[in-house]
Amino acid sequence: MHSEAAIRQPLILGHKTYHDITNDIVGPIENKASRGWYILFTIAAIVAAYGTGCILYLISKGIGAWGLNKTVDWAWDITNFVWWVGIGHAGTLISAVLLLFRQKWRMAINRSAEAMTIFAVIMAATFPGIHMGRIWMSYWVLPLPNQFGSLWVNFNSPLLWDVFAISTYFSVSLVFWYIGLIPDFATIRDKVTSPGMKKVYSILSFGWTGNAKAWTRFEEVSLVLAGIATPLVFSVHSVVSFDFATSVIPGWHTTIFPPYFVSGAVFSGFAMVQTLLLIMRKVMHLEAYITRKHVEYMNIVIIVTGSIVGVAYITELFISWYSGVEYESYAFINRATGPYWWAYWAMMTCNVVSPQVFWFKKLRTHLGFTFFMSIIVNIGMWFERFVIIVTSLHRDYLPSSWNMFHPTWVDVGVFLGTLGIFSTLYLLFARFFPVLALNEVKSILKGSGESYKNDAAKHHHH
Amino acid sequence: MSNTVIYAVYEDPEQLKDGARKLVSNGIKVKDVYSPFPVHGLDPIIGIKRTRLAIVAFMFGIFGMSLALLGIWYFNIFDWPMNIGGKPSQAFYKNLPAFIPVTFEFTVLCAAHGMAITYLIRNKTLPGMPARNPDPRSTDDKFIIEVRTADNHGHSVEAIGGLLRSTSVFEINERHY
Repeated sequence: MHSEAAIRQPLILGHKTYHDITNDIVGPIENKASRGWYILFTIAAIVAAYGTGCILYLISKGIGAWGLNKTVDWAWDITNFVWWVGIGHAGTLISAVLLLFRQKWRMAINRSAEAMTIFAVIMAATFPGIHMGRIWMSYWVLPLPNQFGSLWVNFNSPLLWDVFAISTYFSVSLVFWYIGLIPDFATIRDKVTSPGMKKVYSILSFGWTGNAKAWTRFEEVSLVLAGIATPLVFSVHSVVSFDFATSVIPGWHTTIFPPYFVSGAVFSGFAMVQTLLLIMRKVMHLEAYITRKHVEYMNIVIIVTGSIVGVAYITELFISWYSGVEYESYAFINRATGPYWWAYWAMMTCNVVSPQVFWFKKLRTHLGFTFFMSIIVNIGMWFERFVIIVTSLHRDYLPSSWNMFHPTWVDVGVFLGTLGIFSTLYLLFARFFPVLALNEVKSILKGSGESYKNDAAKHHHH
Repeated sequence: MSNTVIYAVYEDPEQLKDGARKLVSNGIKVKDVYSPFPVHGLDPIIGIKRTRLAIVAFMFGIFGMSLALLGIWYFNIFDWPMNIGGKPSQAFYKNLPAFIPVTFEFTVLCAAHGMAITYLIRNKTLPGMPARNPDPRSTDDKFIIEVRTADNHGHSVEAIGGLLRSTSVFEINERHY
């Protein structure tokens, strides 16, 4: 067993036993859902249904139902896509990168962060799908033999790289998540009394036994998956940024994009994890596991990645002047002072200025304030993508084609709808799945649990 | 001759490791250990070898990489070279930088899924498989050592039980086959 320095703050509060951890996590699954859950679920399901309706309307009408025009031919669709993919970065980062760094605090949050990742990537994948217009042709992105003289997909194109990156990321994250879930489903299977639930969870647990060799393999698989998922996380948002960076549009054509997008993705992903976990710890009484210290650690990640994003914005601005390319400089001057100045400054305020308040320990350990900030960051990151996409497009080389983008109700409805579908999926997860990696949390109980640590400290002094 | 299986139930992974150590040092073979989470340092005590799953992942990765490169060469260079935006797909080595992202993703895809499927098969964990843990508490808060008399002909059930009772065991259960 790893012994931990006594001055490190405990990660599990109170006097918990292994059995308490099982009860705390499996209890809410066994018992009836609270009224709060039903209310939230109803709201989410209504929004999801409305959004689904908007998507069906869009598919039946064509993407002319969006507010796109000849000049701004990419707007909310790709903004939402990049926003959701970005949010989907925190889960695998927490479970893979923090696993490689042996960060024990990841264990209380990795399960729900991974769930968030998977649902966010599903939402992200919706947008390229529906913006194709003819979604029933979407299988054309695959290299399949066909009747057009066998016209293959173009492997030189970043849009195709995206297809491979997003689908690999989604399926690998899903497998990573499920492999971690199997032992916890087995715990539920062995605990629940209702025969129906026992049946369901024994199918979900794949007959997990928990013998020594299985655990050895489990740890090896987790480690290797973490090792290959880490470069995968970085590659996915780099590839997303290539969609822009490899084009010749001023404002997009910049080499800084891959690292800038990746840090922005981690930034927004952690913000969304904070939004969801701060609600969940309260509603599901997980205060002993998701502690103030966990929130502080995540806020530290937010301040680091937020600062990287800030440096990237300023570097980009500087280079646009230093390059001497007038189109490039104009694109950035227009961003800050043109008709979309409000979007630019919303982005700057939310992403660069506001996270700096987390330098104050009082603020980064304050739960209510953290929740407020997490929303601010999510808004800021949406604006970042909007600014990059729309402000770079709306002033073309020819002033006669200059145009503004006005979203229609379908744009808004589809975006709201993805928020609804995402929340519905997340609420279902919180209701029926173990929201903490409970068996992993048990493994750190005696090293990082409050009562065990304090006993050890007392023992030491005698 | 009847075959007896002895289950020594512990409440703590460290106590379980001490128990296993004691059994092994007395020449008793431990059949298996069931625990709610991985017990670090147990494998060398009860003689479990390191898994080769990482090698499996590597081989699946190499397979994925080769398949991706071969496929891309066939699609874009050999079968139907396209000239898009004045950037022709002339030769594999000239276009290789543009082929790296998909090759990387496909390598990861094959390595991850190949390893995951191998893992599930090797653990006999697949949808519909029955659970084989001897006690439902072993996925909750108990750590169980399994010893079979069939593996330990020189030792009687009583002797093994006596040895276990000298460790900080929580309870001892026997099952006859």
